[in-house]
Amino acid sequence: MAHSPFVPLATLPARTLADWLAQGRLALRTGPLTFRIACGEGIVADNLRLLYGHHAVADSPPFADFHIEVARPVALRRWVRPQVEFRLDGYAPFLSLPAAQAFAMMEWGMNWCVASHCHQYLLLHAAVLARGDDAVLLPAPPGSGKSTLCAYLSHRGWRLLSDELALIVPGEGRVYGLVRPISLKNDAIEVIRRTLPESTIGPPVRDTKKGVVTHLAPPPGSVDESDRPALLRWIVTPRYRAGSTLHAERIPRPEAMAMLIDNAFNYDVLGETAFSTLTTLLGRGPAFDLHYAQFDDALRWFNALEA
Amino acid sequence: MSTSAARNWPPDRLASLLNEPDRLTELSEGGWDTLLRLARRANVMGRLAFATRGLPEKALPAPCRPHVTAALALADRQAHAVQWEIGCLRAALDEIGVPLVLLKGAAYLAADLPFARGRFFSDVDILVPRTRIDEVESVLLKHGWAGTHHDAYDQRYYRQWMHELPPMRHLRRGTVVDVHHRILPLTARFDPDPATMLERAMPVADDEGVFVLSPTDMLLHSATHLFHEGELPNGFRDLLDLDGLFRHFGAARPDFAAELDARAHTLHLEAPLAFARHQCIRLLKTPGIAPSRNGHVNRLSDALYDHALRPQHPLLDSPGSGFARWLLYVRAHWLRMPPHLLAWHLTHKAVGRFRGQPAENDV
Repeated sequence: MAHSPFVPLATLPARTLADWLAQGRLALRTGPLTFRIACGEGIVADNLRLLYGHHAVADSPPFADFHIEVARPVALRRWVRPQVEFRLDGYAPFLSLPAAQAFAMMEWGMNWCVASHCHQYLLLHAAVLARGDDAVLLPAPPGSGKSTLCAYLSHRGWRLLSDELALIVPGEGRVYGLVRPISLKNDAIEVIRRTLPESTIGPPVRDTKKGVVTHLAPPPGSVDESDRPALLRWIVTPRYRAGSTLHAERIPRPEAMAMLIDNAFNYDVLGETAFSTLTTLLGRGPAFDLHYAQFDDALRWFNALEA
Repeated sequence: MSTSAARNWPPDRLASLLNEPDRLTELSEGGWDTLLRLARRANVMGRLAFATRGLPEKALPAPCRPHVTAALALADRQAHAVQWEIGCLRAALDEIGVPLVLLKGAAYLAADLPFARGRFFSDVDILVPRTRIDEVESVLLKHGWAGTHHDAYDQRYYRQWMHELPPMRHLRRGTVVDVHHRILPLTARFDPDPATMLERAMPVADDEGVFVLSPTDMLLHSATHLFHEGELPNGFRDLLDLDGLFRHFGAARPDFAAELDARAHTLHLEAPLAFARHQCIRLLKTPGIAPSRNGHVNRLSDALYDHALRPQHPLLDSPGSGFARWLLYVRAHWLRMPPHLLAWHLTHKAVGRFRGQPAENDV
């Protein structure tokens, strides 16, 4: 039986998108993975239309990597202060959240699917950007401004691969990204709104456990190339320091190694393979600690990186 | 009442795909999509991944291969971790001269049984003499395992009524060991004596000081648990273990069926054995076994077990599935506790839930 081809999500009539979602027929391609989504929440359809407009979708293809569902749990909470639950094949890894957070929950759930199953990759908690086929890895602790910088660079000539998850092919330096919306929190939302007025930002959701959160649509050019891997050349841990002048410092290799292991989701699963993959990576390119206050300075510094 | 997926994916079809991997090559991409989902939910992805190892790489549709690679990595890692854990436990028990007798998953792995390759598991279960239980607990504490379930009620539940200590978690590695001193809860209506099981335990080849139950006892232990367990989140996987035990020992030992009958008679475990045979024949079409002679068939219980011994996936569930599993939960508690204790226990748990206490690994 022939099945329908993948088309950009934005080309679907709103009614079709809502129907496919409600009936669990929507398959969404992000990087090398396909998610099949079932969800009856209008807020999820609206956010998908706004933030995933360029992504390829299809109606019920024969195979998907993950079949996910965001739905009301069977209980009173269906109606009283409604809650939603994220489920993969009927299993709910998280506690339910208010229905207003349905889209954010889906995003976190998709990250969980990848981080806890995709051991075909060495998975790092890091942003990835590329210039041509040369990629820079940005591992950084929460609160360092990693997503904000990643959002900025991806709108100034760098190709976005991921703002959260680096999918590294073991034994190689090739990296894939899921090219999904960039998550923005609290003050960063206003900063990006001001700095990148041309960008598409979703409606803010208040009172989540991370404060106010929203998502920024990935640049269409990056989405179009979302299944194109890049070769990791540089590692940079960016830190926003108000009022400082730009300052970059080489991170000694042992420290860089420890930091990468710390940021890996499945270092323990891949063991020796993970160790040798990271060693190869550090052997190929330098690791830097970057302090900056101005986006422009940071952009100039990144553009000057030599392959 | 059943869904079309439930009709297309009966447990015996899943079992035959795992036991006869050549049949995997007949699956379409859509078939693989469903198979991977069911296997993931049933916790048998590692087993499935191992089944594909003998096939030419091109035999699998391209989008499935990464999932197989991922499951193999996880299964390898777990096998490695359990081997390490076994070494640590042996070192601890050596100090007090108690032999390390492994149960369930860790035992299947240590004995290198074919169906254990790729099996996922979380805890290591061990059996120790009841007279040494306090010493075992102390020496494990000394080696870094700490008790869980600090709530006074749960402590009493385990220590007075159960057949095991509260699970102990290693402070550094986070691994969990379940220390059993009986086969079944102290309060259960059947009460097989574990002493003779310990006496008959057999050394594991190439792993000095490590023991597993004898083939008959290993199977009877597995059958007893399936028969008495109230919550069967891994019901299909557990039934698959029994299928594997019947197949492996049935092929290796010509009189295995007679040995089983004799041993079940001695331990008063005829009912669990009859149950295991019946469900394996009925649901998995396990070859080479015949129903127990005195086993009687209960149609209601079969109808309930249909829901508990297949992967608990929404694709297969029907509106009655949740209720069926709840009835089995009550049945299991009925078997393991006298009525007044059962009423007290279920009330305590219900009140706890009502007050919003988290059900810590729900006992």
